[in-house]
Parts: sequence; C-alpha cells; structure tokens
Amino acid sequence: MTLLEARDLSLGYDGHSVVEHVSFQVDEGDYLCIIGDNGAGKSTLVKAVLSLNPPLSGQLTFNVDRRGIGYLPQSAMLDPGFPTSVEEVALSGAVSRLGRRFFYLKAERERALGNLERMGMLVFARRPFQELSGGQRQRVLLARALTAASRILLLDEPVAGLDMHTSSELYRLIDALREDGMTIMMVTHDIHPAINSANRILHLGHSVFFGDRDEYFASSEGRAYLEEAGHHD
Amino acid sequence: MIELFSYAFIQRAFIVGFLVSLCSALLGVSLVLRRYSMIGDGLSHVGFGALAVASVFSFSPMFFTIPVVVVAAVLLLRLDGRRGLSGDSAIALIASSALAIGIVLISYVKGTNSDIDNFLFGSLLSVGRGDCILSVTLSAAVLLCYVLLYPRLYAVTFDPVFAQAAGVRSERYTTLLAVLSALTIVLGMRMLGSLLISALVIFPCLGAMRIAHSYRALTIVSALESLVCFVLGFVMSYELGTPAGASIVVVHLVSYILLSIVASLRSRGLLAGRQKR
Repeated sequence: MTLLEARDLSLGYDGHSVVEHVSFQVDEGDYLCIIGDNGAGKSTLVKAVLSLNPPLSGQLTFNVDRRGIGYLPQSAMLDPGFPTSVEEVALSGAVSRLGRRFFYLKAERERALGNLERMGMLVFARRPFQELSGGQRQRVLLARALTAASRILLLDEPVAGLDMHTSSELYRLIDALREDGMTIMMVTHDIHPAINSANRILHLGHSVFFGDRDEYFASSEGRAYLEEAGHHD
Repeated sequence: MIELFSYAFIQRAFIVGFLVSLCSALLGVSLVLRRYSMIGDGLSHVGFGALAVASVFSFSPMFFTIPVVVVAAVLLLRLDGRRGLSGDSAIALIASSALAIGIVLISYVKGTNSDIDNFLFGSLLSVGRGDCILSVTLSAAVLLCYVLLYPRLYAVTFDPVFAQAAGVRSERYTTLLAVLSALTIVLGMRMLGSLLISALVIFPCLGAMRIAHSYRALTIVSALESLVCFVLGFVMSYELGTPAGASIVVVHLVSYILLSIVASLRSRGLLAGRQKR
C-alpha cells in the first residue's frame, strides 16, 4: 500500500524553487533514504512532508493521517539547556493525538513510557533531558516520534554529531523498528544506512534519482555518490 | 502587619499584585524559554507611552493602554523570525521611542508633575476598584488557559517545529501568549512601574531554572517563588517605606542568588537531592 506519493513536485520559498519536478512514493514497510548535497533541498522536502511548507507545484498525496508521521528533527534545532524531564519529552509526542481533548489519556502516558522502554531509556524517565549524551537524546526523541507516529517515521539526520559506535547502535534500533512494521524515511549524509538498510533511495541534486537501492548504486548518480563518500568496492 | 491590611487601597494593591505575580510567573516560563525575555521590557515601555498619552488627553488609562499594548505585543512576537530588523534591536527601538514620546508629551502638556514618577516606578495608590476587578478576571483567564493548554504549550515551547508537524497551530499559541502577557504587564505596571514590571516576568523562571529538573517543576517553582517574593517585598515596602515595585524586585534578586547557591551546592553533592550523574 502506498502511504505517500509525490508527483512532479517543486518546492521552495517565496516562489524561488529549490527542488524541481521530483516524483517518488513511499510504500508500507519501505526504508527510504533521502540523500544529496547540502542545498539540494533535503530540508525543504522534510518541511513539505510535514505540511510546514506547501509545494510550489505538483502534488503530494498522503494515504495516512499527516499528523501520524513521527518526526525526529535535527538535534541542533533544539535548545540544549531546556529544563525538562525525559518523560515529558517522550509524552509530548502524544500532542498529535489530543484532537479536541485538553489532557493526555492514561493510555497515552503508558504508550510514551513503553516507547522509552523500547529505546532503552525508561530508566532515565525522570532524569533531566539536558544531562543526557547526544545518543541518549536521540533515543528519547525517537521515543517521542514513536509516540506521535502510527505508521511512518521521518528522521532528519538522526546520527549527525554522534560517534561511530553510537550511530550504529541507533541504526540498529531503527532497523528493529522497521522489522516491527514501521515505515522509515530518513534524510542522511551518511552512506551506511543507504547501503545497509534502505530498500529505496531518493537522490536530490543536479540530477534526481528515485528507485530501488540496487538500481541506484548501479546508476551513474549512485556510483558518483559512492566515490565521493570514499566508499570503494 | 495587621493594620497594613486595614486600608482598602492596600487590600486592592495586594490582590492585584498577588494575581499579577502569579500570571507573570506562568507566562514568564514560556517567554523566557522561547527567548522572548526582552518582550516584557519592550511592552512595559510601550505601556508607559500609552499611559502618558491617555493622561495628556484625559482618556481612561486602562481602556486606552490595554489595546495599544496588546497590538504592540502581537507585532513584536510576529517580528521575531522575520528577516530585516532583528527582534532584540526592534524591541530596544520601540521601547526607547515609546518612553521618550511619553516623557516629552507629559512634560510639554502638563509640565513637571508626579505622573512621570508614578508611571515609571509605580504607585500603590493608583490601583483602583476597576483594576482589581480586571486583574481577578484576567488571572482567572490566564490560569484557565495555562492549565487547559498545558500539554500544547509545553510542546510548542520545547519544539515548535515538531508541535506544528503534529498539528498544533503554533502561531495561535504565540498570539495568545502575546495577548496574555500584554494584559498582565499593563495591570502590573500601574503598581510596580513600567521600569520594573519586566522583572516579574523574568526572575521567577530564571530562579526556578537553577533548581528544577522538569518543566512541571519549573512551572510550579516559578509560581511559588513569584508569590513568596511578592508577599515579602510588599511587607518590606510597608515596613521600610520603600516603593513597592523596587522592594519586590530586590527580594526577587535575593531569591535568585539564594537559588543559585542552592544549585551550585547541590551540583557539588553538598546538599541532598538529585546530583549530576
């Protein structure tokens, strides 16, 4: 089943386009890596998927509730000194489920705690978020995204600023989520998830590629990208 | 102490001050954490300008000042995030202009009188029955909004982009925050003075941030700190004959220093409580 489909999409700000004529689709169970150089429009695409920035032209169709897309922002976008507890951060994901209610339900609190447990962060539930390490924060934010999401996770540079070991742990967690049936869309600078986990690739830049991973790495865009990343067979 | 409350105007001033302290502490949490601390300062200066205009043209002070400050608040919060004039320089520009216009107007039309002094440093006598009713109504509204919208306000304050993606209309809450802050500042300004009211917005949150480990604790500690400091400052003002606004702010400063000491002792493990790592 197709969850999200973009047809001939052009994106940008104030009539100035950043991404032009891109088409792709995300099916249930997909692991889509969105790669490309800085300025190629990856962040603009993220904003469009989150309905924060309407397309200049083309269509973006959702077959899921847009609010049910679990979003993991780039870690640099948050204030590192914000006084809050881990539990409060995870629970705030349920804000997408509030509807006309004012307060969270008990089931939503349990869901948030359950997601912290899934991310191995339940023991930190009452600790201040600001005292966690970078990798631990990403796990908490992933728990928040899971609390918001029903079917799709949209991860924006999830391992930026993390060391190799922490990155691969986070990738393992994401792989496990996919095995549990979650659909993954990941914007990344890192070639590893594209090689190891993704089944589909969207490459933004001078030339746009969308297709299966194996096709991508056989294409000229894919080979050029691999070489740039310093990855030789 | 007891004779203090035998005067009707003191009772009124106490009620208004107590409620304004509570509201400003709650709103201050959102304003400080969203880096809008300077807005309180800007709005109080605009309030001074508006009071001056009202006094010169004999308008009813509240009914003229409130709409002016509310409009200024919405404009100032909108300004943030736009290109061009940056937020803090815009606030400084508007604040000093409003202050200057107010002083020039009053001095030219009325000559030197006690209005300028009262507007800048506040006066217990200026709190009338109307202010009292208005402040009870307003604080009920602020409290109700704060409690009912708490989950959404938290989400918008912690991560506005995530909240917006989750379907929360962030800009609506920003406007609500602006309007409520404007009302609180105008009410508090008459008693505390326009130069000092912004302290009530900033100090409780900054003090509470020294010791609170969760957003909920931060909110509760801010509100308590603000109320305790108000009562102490109010009594101090009566006992020592010092102006109420300045006395309350001095108590806030002392409380901030004490909370900072507690926080640094705690982080060295010298006090019981949660320690770092």
